[in-house]
Amino acid sequence: MISSKLPDSLVQIREDFRELERSDRLVLLLEFANELPALPPRYAEHPDLLERVVECQSPVFIFVEVDDKHLVHLHATAPKEAPTTRGFASILVQGLSGLTVDEVLEVPDDFPNTIGLTEAVSPLRIRGMTAMLARAKRQLREKTTA
Amino acid sequence: MTVEVDQSPSFTAFAHPRRLVSTDWLRAHLGTPGLVVVESDEDVLLYETGHVPGAVKIDWHTDLNHPVERDYIDGSQFAALVGSKGIGRDTTVVIYGDKNNWWAAYALWVFTLFGHKDVRLLDGGRAKWEAEGGEYVTKTSTPVAVEYPVVERDDSAIRAYKDDVLAHFGNPLIDVRSPEEFSGERTTAPAYPEEGSLRAGHIPSAQNVPWAKAVAEDGTFRPLPELDAIYRIGAGLSDGDDVIAYCRIGERSAHTWFVLTHLLGFEGVRNYDGSWTEWGSAVRVPIAMGSEPGPVPNH
Repeated sequence: MISSKLPDSLVQIREDFRELERSDRLVLLLEFANELPALPPRYAEHPDLLERVVECQSPVFIFVEVDDKHLVHLHATAPKEAPTTRGFASILVQGLSGLTVDEVLEVPDDFPNTIGLTEAVSPLRIRGMTAMLARAKRQLREKTTA
Repeated sequence: MTVEVDQSPSFTAFAHPRRLVSTDWLRAHLGTPGLVVVESDEDVLLYETGHVPGAVKIDWHTDLNHPVERDYIDGSQFAALVGSKGIGRDTTVVIYGDKNNWWAAYALWVFTLFGHKDVRLLDGGRAKWEAEGGEYVTKTSTPVAVEYPVVERDDSAIRAYKDDVLAHFGNPLIDVRSPEEFSGERTTAPAYPEEGSLRAGHIPSAQNVPWAKAVAEDGTFRPLPELDAIYRIGAGLSDGDDVIAYCRIGERSAHTWFVLTHLLGFEGVRNYDGSWTEWGSAVRVPIAMGSEPGPVPNH
């Protein structure tokens, strides 16, 4: 079962979505969108450090950081006119931050398809979050093998 | 019973001025019996962040597309959908949305497939409403459901299938995608690579007129002389032409369909919604590369 490797934070997010009706899942996604933290000043002033996720329908930029304790921190920014994209980013920011590098790399690539949002937002749109996760993991591999 | 038409002088030159309303008109008519305002966006959550008071939401992915097949919903599904939004067969429907009404025009086109008579676009869409400080509410509207008759969808007049395009060669085709997609440099719209296809390029003989050329900086449609310059002089269309427009999945070309049909007055314009995601993956259809339209294929 792929979910055996899913960190508790992502399991919790998945359960939170899946226990809701379809329309309430959108409300929860909007709550995530509103909770997306602003970029730390050191990235806000250095947009060149951020990577554009071109698979997303709206401009979204992400940046992965590994701290001294080898814990992962994901930063993301997307415009307020793109709440769905902000919501996707916020789920990953909240779900991945504080995990170890290995834990993040082991998150199944299809996690976004498993949280009950596919029908609520459509399969085409959910691919934006899949792309964000893939890019976060790729950045992490580049950082940790360098 | 329909709600009065917007008499704005800026619309009178258009072929069907009754298909547009201004933000002023909408402000003055909010709450008018017989009017339902619909928001249709690319972003499925934008409505929830704030919408025109009383507006209902219709989403192109989750409401208008068939959940399994690549097609639109049928007559009974459409009746159930719009009836639940308080829309009757005689209701005046005004649609607005994000991104220059891109998806709003697509929703209007789908309403037209079902022969809904009075459906209009808010000129300038969500961006203009917002720029003018238009009121937003976040509470989801709870309309009283009404009966909408089950009307079978009629694809014959305004929708083209792949075989229709093959039979259409020799008549004007308008490709409304970006120049990079048209020339074959890329198979997807910038920033939309999830909707790719197996081959790049365009349908031979198609003129490239990116859809957003029809829109001014404030999001409203350009005045008639400018639209004439783009489509008649630029793309060579003339009265009586039988035109098919296409893009990647048929949404941007629904916007151009609106411009050609309701603003410029071309009759029988069809939107090929299969568009490049079908054509660019179909077996044994002709494809042209480069920035020139290329010759009409012998077919």
